[in-house]
Amino acid sequence: MDIELIQMLALKVTYAVVMVSVVMSIAGYTVLAERKVCAWMQGRVGPNRTVLPFVSAIPIIGPFLRNLGMFQPLADGLKFLFKEEIVPGHVNKFYYYLSPIVALVPALTTMTVLPFGEFTNAEGHTTPLVLANVDLGILFVFAISSLGVYGIVLAGWSSNSKYPFLGGIRSSAQMISYELAMGLSVLPVFLWVNAPGMTESGLSLVSIVNSQENAPWLVLIQPFSAFLFLIALFAETNRLPFDMPESETDLVGGFHTEYGSFKFGIFFVAEYAHVVIGSAIFTTLFLGGWHFLPWVADPWAPGLIGSLLGVGWFLAKTFCLIFFFIWVRWTLPRFRYDQVMKLGWAKLLPLALVNLIFYVILVTYLDQAAAS
Amino acid sequence: MIKTVVMERKPLSLSERTYLPQIASGLKTTFSNLFKKKVTLQYPEQRPSIPSGYRGVPTLVKDPNGREKCVSCQLCEFVCPPKAIRITPGHVPEDDEERSHVEKAPEEFEINMLRCIYCGYCEEVCPEEAIFLQENYSLSGYSREEMINNKEELYELGGTLPDKHFKWDKKKADEESGNAH
Repeated sequence: MDIELIQMLALKVTYAVVMVSVVMSIAGYTVLAERKVCAWMQGRVGPNRTVLPFVSAIPIIGPFLRNLGMFQPLADGLKFLFKEEIVPGHVNKFYYYLSPIVALVPALTTMTVLPFGEFTNAEGHTTPLVLANVDLGILFVFAISSLGVYGIVLAGWSSNSKYPFLGGIRSSAQMISYELAMGLSVLPVFLWVNAPGMTESGLSLVSIVNSQENAPWLVLIQPFSAFLFLIALFAETNRLPFDMPESETDLVGGFHTEYGSFKFGIFFVAEYAHVVIGSAIFTTLFLGGWHFLPWVADPWAPGLIGSLLGVGWFLAKTFCLIFFFIWVRWTLPRFRYDQVMKLGWAKLLPLALVNLIFYVILVTYLDQAAAS
Repeated sequence: MIKTVVMERKPLSLSERTYLPQIASGLKTTFSNLFKKKVTLQYPEQRPSIPSGYRGVPTLVKDPNGREKCVSCQLCEFVCPPKAIRITPGHVPEDDEERSHVEKAPEEFEINMLRCIYCGYCEEVCPEEAIFLQENYSLSGYSREEMINNKEELYELGGTLPDKHFKWDKKKADEESGNAH
C-alpha cells in the first residue's frame, strides 16, 4: 500500500468519526429538546437541575445553561451506561444482544451519503461536503434506512414476550406500508430535477440540493410531494402519531419492553438518530439544503467562511424540522393500528400514485413545449 | 321516565376527514402554550403557601411565658385513633416556682409519625391547647426510631404560640381576689 492511500483512508476515517460523533450528539440534544419542548407545551419547566461544577461557577451563563438543561444528555447517557444489565431468562440471547446494534447501524449508515454543505476553493472548484458522494444517493438512503426495522422486529421477536412481539409485528407492517408511499412521493422530485433541459442529473442528493440554488425550493414547486414525504417520514421514524412499535399506553413499551440499561439506550439513540437523519434528508430534498432562501443567491462568499455558514444554515433548517417533529408529537394523539394501515394503503399510496402521474404528465408536457 | 335523545351527528366534511385543519389548530394551541407562564413550583427553593387550618406535623407548644403547657392529662393519647401518642406522666416538683400553677407535666411525650394520620383529634381534645398541628409537612428519617418524635423534638418543632386565653393567669388572679372555684 502506498502512503497516499493510507493518508486518504486515515482522512476518511477521521471524517467518519467526526460525522458520527456530531450526529450522535445532535441526537442526544434532540432528546433534551424533546423533553424541554414537551415541558413548555405542557406548562412545565423541564430538566433544569443538571450542571457541571465548574460551569455553575460562571455568573450568568452557568445558571442559564443549567436552566436550559444543557448537561442533561450527559447525565442521561451516564445513567444508561452505569445501570445494571438485566437479561430476562426467557429471551433468545443471541438476537437479543444483536438487535440494538442492528437498530443503530442503519441509522448511522445513511448519514454517509448525506451532503451537508459545499466547499469552493481558491480556483473556484466546488466539492460537496459529504462522506461518500454516490450517484444513487437517495436509493442508498431508502435501502439502508428501511433496514432499521430489522432491529425492531428482531428485538420484538427475541424478547419472547407478547408486548414486544406485537410491537415488532406492528412495526414491520407499518414500515412496509409507508416505504411505498415514501418512495413514490420522491419520484416526482427526481423527475422534475432530471427533466431534459435541466443541467443537473442523477439520483445524487448533491445534485438535488444544487438544483435549488437561485431557484425555488422543491417544497414550493411540489408541495404535495413534500407533504406526502413528510407523513411517510413520520411513519418511518416511528414518531407520533405513528409510533405503533412503542405505543406506551397499550403495549407497555413496545419492542423495547424487555430491554434495560445501555441496550435500551442504544434503541433510544437510534430512534432519535433516525429523526435527525430524516430531517436532514427532508432538508436536502425539499428545503434547499445549504442554500440560502428560495430565489435568493447565497449571501456568503465562497471559501471557508462561506461553506461554514452554509453548513450552519443547513443545520438550522434541520433543527427547525426536528422541532416540527417534536411539536407534532406533543400535539397529536396516536392513530389506532387499523387506522395507520388504512391511511397508509388506502389514502397515502393512491395519493402518491396520483401525484406521480400528475407530475409525469406535467413534466412530459413541459418537455414537449420546450422541444417544439 | 326520561327519554333518551339520540343526537344526530352530521357527516364529516371533506376538510374534516383529512384531519388537516384540526391538526393545524392543534399545532397552534400547543405552540401558543410554549410561551405561557409555567405552573411549576421549584420545590426546595420555592415553597407552597400553607392555608390557615392546615394540619401538618403535630407539635407541642409553650405558652407566652415559656412554660410547658401540657399537664399530661393523656386525653390526646386516649383519643388518638391510630394510637400514635404515648405519654409518661410525671409530677412537677413542689418547689418549682415557675410552674407552681400545675401539678403534673409529661415526663416523656412521644408521637410516632409512622402511625400518625394527621387527623387533628389531639389538637381538638387538648384542654390546655398544648398540642397543635402546625405548618410543617415534610418529615423524613432514616430509621423507624428516627420517625418517633420525643418530647424535646416536639417542643423544638412547636415553639411558642400566642395564647388567646391566659387560662392560668386568670385563675391565679381569681384566686388572689378570693374568687376561686
